[in-house]
Amino acid sequence: MMWEPLIIAFFCKWCAGSAADLAGVSRMQYPPNIIPIIVPCTGRISARAIVEAFLNGADGVLIGGCHTPNDCHYMAGNFKAFKRVYLLKKLLKQFGIEPERLRIEWISATESQKLVEVTREFVSQIRELGPLHGGENGEA
Amino acid sequence: MSHHIISRVNILEEPRIGVFICHCGKNIAGIVDVRKVAEEVAKIPSVVYVEDYVYMCSDPGQKRIIKAIKREKLNAVVVAACTPSLHYETFARAVETGGLSRYRFEMACIREHVSWVHFDKRKATEKAIRVISAAVAKVSMNKVYEPITAKITRKVLVIGGGIAGITAALDLANAGIPVILVEKSPSIGGKMAMLSETFPTLDCAQCILTPRMAEVARHPNIKLYTLSEVIDVVGYMGNYRVKILKHPRKVNPDLCRLCSFCERVCPVKVPNEFDRGLSTRKAIYLPFPQAIPSAYVVDSENCTKCGLCLKVCPTNAIDLEEREEIIEEEVGAIIVATGYDLYPGEKLKEYGYGVYEDVIDSLQFERLLSATGPTKGKVLRPSDGKPVKRILFIQCAGSRDENHLPYCSKICCMYTAKHALLFKEQVPDGEVTIFYIDIRAAGKDYEEFVKRVQEEFQVNYIRGRVSRIYRDVNGDLVAIGVDTLSGRRVVVRADLVVLALGIIPKLGPDLATKLKVPLDRYGFAQEVHPKLRPVEVSAGGIFIAGAVQGPKDISETVTQASAAAAKAMELLSKEYIVKEPLIAEVDRDRCNGCRMCVTVCPYGAIDMVDGKARVNELLCEGCGACTASCPVGAIQLRNYTEEQLYLMVKAVLGGAA
Repeated sequence: MMWEPLIIAFFCKWCAGSAADLAGVSRMQYPPNIIPIIVPCTGRISARAIVEAFLNGADGVLIGGCHTPNDCHYMAGNFKAFKRVYLLKKLLKQFGIEPERLRIEWISATESQKLVEVTREFVSQIRELGPLHGGENGEA
Repeated sequence: MSHHIISRVNILEEPRIGVFICHCGKNIAGIVDVRKVAEEVAKIPSVVYVEDYVYMCSDPGQKRIIKAIKREKLNAVVVAACTPSLHYETFARAVETGGLSRYRFEMACIREHVSWVHFDKRKATEKAIRVISAAVAKVSMNKVYEPITAKITRKVLVIGGGIAGITAALDLANAGIPVILVEKSPSIGGKMAMLSETFPTLDCAQCILTPRMAEVARHPNIKLYTLSEVIDVVGYMGNYRVKILKHPRKVNPDLCRLCSFCERVCPVKVPNEFDRGLSTRKAIYLPFPQAIPSAYVVDSENCTKCGLCLKVCPTNAIDLEEREEIIEEEVGAIIVATGYDLYPGEKLKEYGYGVYEDVIDSLQFERLLSATGPTKGKVLRPSDGKPVKRILFIQCAGSRDENHLPYCSKICCMYTAKHALLFKEQVPDGEVTIFYIDIRAAGKDYEEFVKRVQEEFQVNYIRGRVSRIYRDVNGDLVAIGVDTLSGRRVVVRADLVVLALGIIPKLGPDLATKLKVPLDRYGFAQEVHPKLRPVEVSAGGIFIAGAVQGPKDISETVTQASAAAAKAMELLSKEYIVKEPLIAEVDRDRCNGCRMCVTVCPYGAIDMVDGKARVNELLCEGCGACTASCPVGAIQLRNYTEEQLYLMVKAVLGGAA
């Protein structure tokens, strides 16, 4: 079986999650490698949850949150996520995981087009990086 | 492993999860192989029942769920269908009818997030399985919670006594709701009290405002605090505790008879702020004739305490030793109506504001036009008191200017047209020139009003900007500008220049932070939604009205004030607030008191009690920032705990479910 990237997408329910709904309603197409987990806020995503994703077979982790500075429904959860991602990228590198496998993007509820572009781009980027786990996680 | 975690969160019985997969006609089933999904999902140990159906949301579909819950003794349900924003409520009610709590139910979105965005059937099917597995993993650990309730204090605080605050206070008071109205200055009335006439009807501002002010003064449901500021706000929707700092008036309003003896003997003269410096007043003064409360006030900053006023006051109303006091009030809702200020004219150096006495701002011109103003309504030059023949108005002074205020101040086109009309009525042979960028007259009868001014009153409108104003040897003010329609340089000579200064918000960041009112990039209050929730801010029970939200004219302000009052009434019409119980919760045995959660909480909902974190359940909005940052896993977002998040991740990736 050909290896396929497996990517967990933590989407904030207020913005990127709604953009994903809109992408659906608009019948836009993006790679099925992106598996969304809807969170109440990107500030809710702990560093450990991201690490768990990489440990358990994810080839990439995408975080979709509300635009800075003022779009966050909970005032500044997006900044908290951004800082966490910034630090975690440094840490991942030390453990031999390419920091590019973790990506954070601001995608508002209306930006379904951006969601499609980001997911396409990210999937092809991860495809180039190759499997994180030697390619044995291609199947469900 | 899953058993170990489940027992730790005290779910006594083993999960018996039913998964219901919707075909949505062909919307889902056309791409996703629902049979295959059902087979795979059935392999998850906690899943005891799987069913697929053509339209799960239909009445027969819902009945299937209800029956299966009872027949299969399910204790949790996952519905795999469309996005929860569409049918969460539908299925949550079905699950409740089946006898389960809605918190033991989750939706997996396999339409918008799967079948509608992918063509590849095999991959879409595989993705649907992953998405459902995550929902199964989550629901297996969901606990049952009761909604949070709290009593509501039936009283409203209105901050700001301009036309917005007055309107909101009266609407509420007339509905039988007690109101605390707090005003910073010695009288209510705000900017509107300073105006001459109002566009486009030319109603006299005082004539329509002062009856409303008097109504506030005598209304049994309104408690008015003037010379007062809100210095502290704690609490939450329905239950706010506020501290009000009341500066001393030093004149007892109940005793003051407005005889003006004190004012006559007072030796201190200072610029009169009500006339925006165009006249002077004493250190003991009446803010303006129709002021409410109708009483003199001592300007503590400038009073020398010479005591002359004490000797002449016939009712002994004056007490120069009166101190400030702090008043505490409890309210259920707060309406913020702090209004606006004019952009500082001094920043527009090229116009000579603050340098030449005869370059004034629009509010000063309102005072010149006002019958109770410094010139009794006659348009006279501030420098020498001579009548004005040639007048120049500059619109967008500071507004729509990248170097100053990028936004449009909205009301200047209209009031400048009004100024021109009122001037021409007084000086029919006067020359009026107006520099403008665009005329924005969107409003009922506004366009007609501007047209009338342009045509009937022969006002010279020049589209363009003034680059510089200076005074020549004859004492004339000379404006050099450009007419952008003809492309020509124009020179206008005038006796008086009026700048239509832009509007800036008066609400400072300090009070905004205390009130949890978010500010936009210009410092105006940020509403929850510009169209659908225009008077609410993200903090519950706080409403905004008038220019605090953005530049607006009197009619819009009054509309918004009534809307804010109605919103406050909606909240206060209930005896209890009912709140979603999915908030953060502390395991006191685990908490090590590091205060990390206190730092990250955007609502100040966490405090430390006996060295351990405690969540105020009414302040917590359930964002989960604390859960993500707690180093020992002691604070958990209900039904979105760290364990649940890890389990979901693993389930998606095809590991433990």
